[in-house]
Amino acid sequence: MPPIPMANDMTNFPPERLLDLRDLAVTFATAEGPVRAVQGVSYHVNRGEVLGVVGESGSGKSVTVRAIMRLLARNATDTGTIRFAPDGEPLTLSGQPRDSKLMRSLRGNRIGMIFQEPMTALSPVHSIGTQIARTVLLHRGGSKSAARDRAAELLARVQLPNPGEMLDRYPHQLSGGMRQRAMIALALACDPALLIADEPTTALDVTTEAQILDLLRGLQKDLGMAIVFITHNFGVVADIADRVAVMYLGQVVETGSVDDIFYAPGHPYTKALLGSIPRLGAAKRHRLQTIQGMVPDPYHIPKGCPFHTRCDHVRPGLCDVTAPPVFSPRPGQEVRCHLTGGAA
Amino acid sequence: MLRIILTRCLWAIPTLIVVSFISFVIIQLPPGDYVTAYVAELRRGGEYLTDTQVELMRQDFGLRDPILWQYARWITKILLHGDFGQSFHYNAPVSSLIWDRLGLTLLLSTISLVFTWGIAIPIGVYSATRQYSVVDYVVTIFGFVGKGIPEFLLALILMWVGFSWLNMDVGGLMSPEFDTAPWSIAKALNVLEHVWIPIVVLATSGAAGLIRVMRANMLDELGKPYVETAYAQGFSERQVVWNYPVRVALNPFISTVGWALPALFSGDVITAVVLNLPTTGPLLLQALKMQDMYLAGGFILILSTFTVVGTLLSDILLAWSDPRVRLG
Ligand SMILES: Nc1ncnc2c1ncn2[C@@H]1O[C@H](COP(=O)(O)OP(=O)(O)OP(=O)(O)O)[C@@H](O)[C@H]1O
Ligand code: SF4
Ligand SMILES: [Mg+2]
Repeated sequence: MPPIPMANDMTNFPPERLLDLRDLAVTFATAEGPVRAVQGVSYHVNRGEVLGVVGESGSGKSVTVRAIMRLLARNATDTGTIRFAPDGEPLTLSGQPRDSKLMRSLRGNRIGMIFQEPMTALSPVHSIGTQIARTVLLHRGGSKSAARDRAAELLARVQLPNPGEMLDRYPHQLSGGMRQRAMIALALACDPALLIADEPTTALDVTTEAQILDLLRGLQKDLGMAIVFITHNFGVVADIADRVAVMYLGQVVETGSVDDIFYAPGHPYTKALLGSIPRLGAAKRHRLQTIQGMVPDPYHIPKGCPFHTRCDHVRPGLCDVTAPPVFSPRPGQEVRCHLTGGAA
Repeated sequence: MLRIILTRCLWAIPTLIVVSFISFVIIQLPPGDYVTAYVAELRRGGEYLTDTQVELMRQDFGLRDPILWQYARWITKILLHGDFGQSFHYNAPVSSLIWDRLGLTLLLSTISLVFTWGIAIPIGVYSATRQYSVVDYVVTIFGFVGKGIPEFLLALILMWVGFSWLNMDVGGLMSPEFDTAPWSIAKALNVLEHVWIPIVVLATSGAAGLIRVMRANMLDELGKPYVETAYAQGFSERQVVWNYPVRVALNPFISTVGWALPALFSGDVITAVVLNLPTTGPLLLQALKMQDMYLAGGFILILSTFTVVGTLLSDILLAWSDPRVRLG
C-alpha cells in the first residue's frame, strides 16, 4: 500500500467527512487467474448523508463495502486508503487484517451492515432477540436483561409488531419483510455512525420494498447516521440518496448529487442506466437490460475506458487505449469519460 | 416442546410393539430351530438322538406351540418379570448372559464414542475453517485412510505392534491371571493396557467418518450469509465459528446420535471377535449361529428398543437445538 503523505491526509479529510475511499483496488486470486473486481475506486460519505451506489451486477459494489468492513474473502488482496472517522480523528481501515481488534470494535458498533438475503442472513438457530442482544453485549457490556430490553426497543424502532414477542421468534417464523426489519434492528444495535446497506430491498416485493425504504429514510433522519446504499435500481436511489456513485466494472464512472445525476448526467453509462429505469411505482423492476451488449467478464476487463465495448459514443483509438481522465462539470460532480473530459 | 416430547413418546409405544413382534418372527425365520442345530452339533460329536427324543425336546422347549402363543408367552414374561427366557445353549437365563456383558460393552463403546466426538468435531471444524491448509490435507488423508482400513485389520495391526514391539499382552480385556482377581491397582493398570487397542480401533474409524461429515457440513455453513452477518457484528473468528455455523452443522449429528445407542450395545462385532473381547457382539453372533432363539430374540429386542429409544432421543435433542424443527 502506498504511504499517504500526512498533509494530504489532513486536507483531504474535512471534519464533516465520515468515510473516505482513495484508489481502492481489490484483486481475487482464483484458479483461472486474478479477478480485478475493484480497480481504483474513490468515493466519500459525509456525516448523516446517504450515498447511493448504483451499478450492474458484478461492478464491484459489494466487494468495495466488504473491503471497508475488512471482510474480504481470503483470496483477496487490496490496496488504497480507507479512512473512517466515526468520532473525530480519522482511523485508517485499509491494511487492517480481517480479525483485527480495531475492526472488531467498529463492526456492529460504529458500522452496521444489512445484507441482501433476508432469508439467510440471520442465524437460523438463534432467536431474533438473542442475536441482537449478543451484539449489544459484545460492544456495550451490561446485563443480559438490559441487552434484551435494548433489543426490544430496537425491534419497536423498526416497527415490528409486538416487539416483546418478536424477541423470541426465529427467522423462519418471519416473512421476508419482517426479517429485513429484524436485520436492520441488528445493524442499528449500537447506534452506528455508518450503515452499509447492500441491496437491502432487492429480494423483496415492491410493496415491502417501499415500506423498508420508508423505514430506512425515517431511521436515517431520526438517528442522523450516514448510509451507503447499494442498489441496481436508480428509482430506489432517487428515493433515498443525497449523492450517487455509479460503478461499472470495478470503477466509479460518475459521482454527483442526486439532482445532477438525474438531470445532468455526464457519463454515457449513467445516461444509459437512466434510460432504462422503469417508472417509479410501476410493476416490479427488471434488471437493467436496455444497454447494448454484455458486461465483459471480470477476467478480461477492457483496456482504456472499461465501458468502450458497449458505449454509443465510443471514440476508437482513444477510448479503447487510454483510461479517461476525471472531469468535473460542476462542483461535486465527477465524470470519467473522454467525451466530457473535452477530448476532441 | 413438551408436546413434541409427549407425542414422540406416544408414537414410540406402538413402534416398540411392532418391533418386538417382528424381532420374534425374524429369529424363527431360518429353517430349523434350536433343536435342529443342537442335534446337528451332537451328531458331529458322534452322538445320535432318536426321533422321539427330538420331538420330546421340541415340546419341552415349547417349540410346537403356535407362533403367536410363543410370542405372547415370551413378551409377557419380559414385561412382567424382566425374564427373557432361557438360553438353550448356555442353559442359563438370557438376561444374566446379556447383562453380564452389557456393562462392559456400554463402557467401552461410550468411551470410544466420547473420544470420537471429542476428537472429530474440533478437527472437522478446524479443517473446514482452514480449507486447503496443510492441516486440512493431513486431516483429509487421515479421513480416507481411517475410513478405508477395515477395523479388524487395524485391530490385528495394533495387536501385533503391541505384542511384538511393546511387549504387551494383548487380546481380551485383561491378562488371564486377573480374570477372577478382585479389583486392585494392578488389575486396573492391566485393563488399561488392554483396553487402548479396542478404543483406538473403534474411535479411528468413527472419527474418520465423523471428521469428513463435520468438515463438509461446516464448509456448507461457513459460506452462508448469516456467518458474514455474525462477522459484521464484530465477533472474533472463534466466536463466530463456534456460536453460529458449528451450532447448525451439528444438527445432522444430533439427528443421528440416537443411532449410536444400538451401536453401543452391539459393539463392533468383528473387532470384538478379533480382540477376543467379552462384549455382547460375539455373543449375539453365537446365538444366531446356534438358533438359540430366546437369547437371539432377547438381543434383537434390546437392540431394537435401543434404536427406537435412540431415535426418540435424537428427535427430542434436535427439536431442542433447532428451532426450525421445534416450531415447525
Ligand atoms: N471471492 C471471490 N473470488 C473471486 N472473485 C470474486 C470474489 N468475490 C467477488 N468476486 C468477483 O468480483 C466481481 C465484483 O463482485 P461484487 O459482488 O462486488 O459485484 P456487485 O456489484 O455487488 O454485484 P451484485 O449486484 O450482483 O451484487 C464479480 O465479478 C465477482 O465475480
Ligand atoms: S470514455 Fe469513451 S467509451 Fe468510455 S464512456 Fe466515454 S465515450 Fe464511452
Ligand atoms: Mg453485491
